[in-house]
Amino acid sequence: MSFRDNPFGEVRLPLLLGAAAAAVVALLVAFALLMADRRQTYQTGASSALRRASDQVVAPITGALAAPVRWVGGVGQGISGYFFAASENRRLKTELAAARTWREKAVTLEDENARYRALLGLTLDPPAPMVTARAVSESRGPYANTRLINAGSERGVKVGHPVLTENGLAGRVIGVTPRISRMLMLTDAASRTPVMIQRTRARAILTGDGGWAPELSYLRGRDAAKEGDLVLTSGDGGVLPRGFAVGRVVRGADGGWRVRLATDAAPIDYVRIVLFEDFVTLEDLRTLSRPSPPPPPTPVPALPVPKPKPKPTQAKPVQAIPTQAIPAQAKPPPPPAAQPAPAREPAA
Amino acid sequence: MTAIARPLRFSRWIGAPLLACLALSLVLATPIHVLGLPLPEPVTLMVPAFAWGVIRPALAPAFALLLGGLALDVLWGAPSGLWAISLLAGYLPGLAIRNVLAGQSNLVLGVWFAVSCLVAQGVGWLITAAVTGSPPALAATGLQWLSTVLLFPFAVWLIARFRDADVRFR
Repeated sequence: MSFRDNPFGEVRLPLLLGAAAAAVVALLVAFALLMADRRQTYQTGASSALRRASDQVVAPITGALAAPVRWVGGVGQGISGYFFAASENRRLKTELAAARTWREKAVTLEDENARYRALLGLTLDPPAPMVTARAVSESRGPYANTRLINAGSERGVKVGHPVLTENGLAGRVIGVTPRISRMLMLTDAASRTPVMIQRTRARAILTGDGGWAPELSYLRGRDAAKEGDLVLTSGDGGVLPRGFAVGRVVRGADGGWRVRLATDAAPIDYVRIVLFEDFVTLEDLRTLSRPSPPPPPTPVPALPVPKPKPKPTQAKPVQAIPTQAIPAQAKPPPPPAAQPAPAREPAA
Repeated sequence: MTAIARPLRFSRWIGAPLLACLALSLVLATPIHVLGLPLPEPVTLMVPAFAWGVIRPALAPAFALLLGGLALDVLWGAPSGLWAISLLAGYLPGLAIRNVLAGQSNLVLGVWFAVSCLVAQGVGWLITAAVTGSPPALAATGLQWLSTVLLFPFAVWLIARFRDADVRFR
């Protein structure tokens, strides 16, 4: 009898069934983990401790693996810089001449803006401090686009902080350990960023899909966007500051508007984390959600009896009364001190 | 005892390929660009997921894929369970028709490997679309599928190395 006669044929079916049953059990476990997982609660979810621990292990390894490549790249840049110094010098001189013109315009505009702000009493966001870090690991797949960066809570990084490159917004922090943070890229399928078109101020939501150009969702208005328009963060919702460069509008293959990200101009290596406090978190939400006290009763003034006046011979046009002309007595009385509100739990 | 009759050890046909694939995924997660292009991101664990189903039916591969998938989720920052489910979905087609695949040419194995990878990517695509509310880009999904299919020679090597390791499963 040869081996091909298969004397152990009877053991094949039970083993196959056992393997299939094991796969089903593993599938159920994985499905339960998927249901329990919430990437939004990266810091507080059940798997957060495992993720933070693995981030701390993975980051130094990939950082060490990337180091030789960076060194080789640095040597290559040094050699090419040596041989192309003359042409580089010519190019930089041309750029410098153009930049001087722009500098004069910028100084004039800055002065003009400062005067307008002073006239309008406009209050701008205070400048936020930044932390510089290096990307040490990345995932580029269609289902997850994240990076590990080598700065964490020890340097003040918190969940939600925006991450910039020299070209524009790259993403935001979704997980923090003492020395390592995980950044969610704008291209991740779970990323949603409030943006606006600079030319029209039209609002939209930048929706990542794992591809190279995220989609502009919920874009309202006719001719709200056209090819090449600059896209900035709108600051809506207070999650991100207003005015960070995001990219340029392009027409997608599906006909919809998409954004070619500004960060695609160069590999993302060094990044800046803006230690920006979301203004929603600056206030106590429980206080904000309390019902406001009822308005004070308005006293009914004793109106004097009007005396009959002689009718004018000619009607005069109605003029707007300047605010300064209103006497102080005509202004409404200031509200009394706020009364303690009744205890009430805010709506969930 | 000859090499062929040597019993199949768990560490040789499950443990070593699993660790090797995770190590390769870790290396490919390095943020470097070669000739201006980023490194590809294939699903390396599809190689053993396909090969284990063809080599022999056993209980261990399913749980090894569960662990490997969770490790990929942690490494890539994906929702927990996404890659475990996808890999198991890619493992089951090979397991289901392993009798048909026995003795077939590499071309047939390659086509079935591509189908298994497609099933895994499709399941991952559906899960991501359901979890995030927006379908992932098909171009990016196709690119990852292609880079994974290009790992087929490693699957052939793994199958050839362990297919005849236990004469009961010829």
